[in-house]
Amino acid sequence: MNNSKLDGQSKSYRVFAAVLLAVFFIFPLYWIITGSVKDAITINAPQPQWFPLHPIMDNYVKLFRQPAIKWLVNTVFIALAAMGLTCLTAALAGYALAKKRFYGRKILFTLLVCAMALPKQVIVIPLLQEMSALGINNTLWAVILPTVGWPFGVFLMKQFSETIPTEILEAARVDGSGEVRTFCSIVFPMIKPGIGALAIFTFVNTWNDYFLQLIMLQQKEVFTISLGIARLQGEMSSDFGLIMAGATLAAIPIVAVFLMFQKYFTQGITMGAVKG
Amino acid sequence: MAQTVSNGAKPAKKPKRREFSGMSRALARRETISAYLFLLPSMLFFVGFVLIPMGMCLVYSLFNMGLDTSATTFIGVQNYVEMFQDKTFLRSLWNTIVIVVVSVPAVTAFSLWVGSAIYPMASGLRSFFRCVFYLPVVTGSVAVTVVWKWMFNPYNGLLNQIFGTVGFDWLGNQKTAIWCIIMILFTTSIGQPIVLYVAALGNVDKSLIEAAQVDGATKLQVFWKIKWPQILPTTLYVLVITTINSFQCFALIQLLTRGGPLGSTSTLMYYIFDVAYNYQRFGYANAMGVILALIIAVFSAVQFRVTKTDNG
Repeated sequence: MNNSKLDGQSKSYRVFAAVLLAVFFIFPLYWIITGSVKDAITINAPQPQWFPLHPIMDNYVKLFRQPAIKWLVNTVFIALAAMGLTCLTAALAGYALAKKRFYGRKILFTLLVCAMALPKQVIVIPLLQEMSALGINNTLWAVILPTVGWPFGVFLMKQFSETIPTEILEAARVDGSGEVRTFCSIVFPMIKPGIGALAIFTFVNTWNDYFLQLIMLQQKEVFTISLGIARLQGEMSSDFGLIMAGATLAAIPIVAVFLMFQKYFTQGITMGAVKG
Repeated sequence: MAQTVSNGAKPAKKPKRREFSGMSRALARRETISAYLFLLPSMLFFVGFVLIPMGMCLVYSLFNMGLDTSATTFIGVQNYVEMFQDKTFLRSLWNTIVIVVVSVPAVTAFSLWVGSAIYPMASGLRSFFRCVFYLPVVTGSVAVTVVWKWMFNPYNGLLNQIFGTVGFDWLGNQKTAIWCIIMILFTTSIGQPIVLYVAALGNVDKSLIEAAQVDGATKLQVFWKIKWPQILPTTLYVLVITTINSFQCFALIQLLTRGGPLGSTSTLMYYIFDVAYNYQRFGYANAMGVILALIIAVFSAVQFRVTKTDNG
């Protein structure tokens, strides 16, 4: 390369710009966490304290006087249940859509893609009416069931199932393997990375689906952590220390989960993109 | 086993049977039944909690439906007529369009730029940056919003302390409020496009780039002639998802400004929520939902067209 020096220069310039931006994007999270351990005087001081010199736990003590643990448990339950059900149903359906031939396959697929292009939040208002009619509004299931119904998972699993070589499935059929056995012993191991991607994707998105939770869950006993903080903010809008403690409690578990499984997560985003 | 001719001049007896070319009838039936069984659990959820509410949304939009469902009456397109005479609706529609028109190109261009900057980096560094830009998305809209609310606070907010403008109410000012919203929306929207662009740029055929460089192509030429056409499908996808997300901007509004001051930050999604939740006018809210869905569909279709023809 004759212009490697120039390349090197523009590269370090690029890294510098990227680092600067990275700081800007990490900062809100940093400010949440440090804010949660500052006392009221520091928070209301006219000068910002960039680093908490005297961290205190008072805000957390105050936070746990609220049913914050209950909110956290509710959120974990919703995210886990939605994740499990989505992975199970989507893995089965995605495999059928990718590898089975049946009447109505094209129509069904078109329907799923069209539904995905529609704004998810628009159907939440009629969903509330449906949930009230079913008598499960104000229960955690009112959030879990619609999340499972969203067709993104089926679409993602179809993408992954398409990588299974058809010959293997045919060989299994010739050997007299039943449908269930073929799925469990051949298909499942091959789409496992896909299920991993879908699992983490569903978990994170369900955890953060504030709108659906806000509409479906109106009683304090079924609040999620997001609803809890929103409520705190509404009631004690000037107690930023307490609100930041709540925000920390909401953000840290999900950020940790994301960082642990980010490889799968990235894969899920990329595979879910409609190609062409 | 009798083999049906699959790629001969004539299709099988029934044209529909082409799906099953090369299969016996019994096998085809077995395939169909097992496929339906595999699909069944997922379809129960999809039909029950996506299709039915969509249908309800359409039907209820023609009714005067409130909290007292026994008083529900059919009113035809009355809700739709009312909408276009409703000043708050029109204001919300305008605000939403401003948000979309500003944020969609900004998010797309910026994420393409960041994606181009980080995709040639070493894999560890690349995934570090990818994570960083995804962080505001994962942190969750509520946590992100409450910290920004604090930073925008007139007296103890960080921004005023830095700029020396203590007392200035960013979110209470009709001129600045919507820009604050757009800025926060921007930070929570670029994570996914960056991940997509990094993947798409990584898939661009390297031999083509090298061949062009050997032929003396400039960086700009390599980008427009080689990379751009290959990442076009990704760009289209990014445009569509960013449009859908921007149109649905809600949590920021509800937690930061509640549509104020004087309706200057009310978006369609926020107004739909307000009408349904605070006024219990479900019919009217559903009618606005239908219009929102239509607008998004039109925007997506236009982007699809433009991006396709752009490529010749």
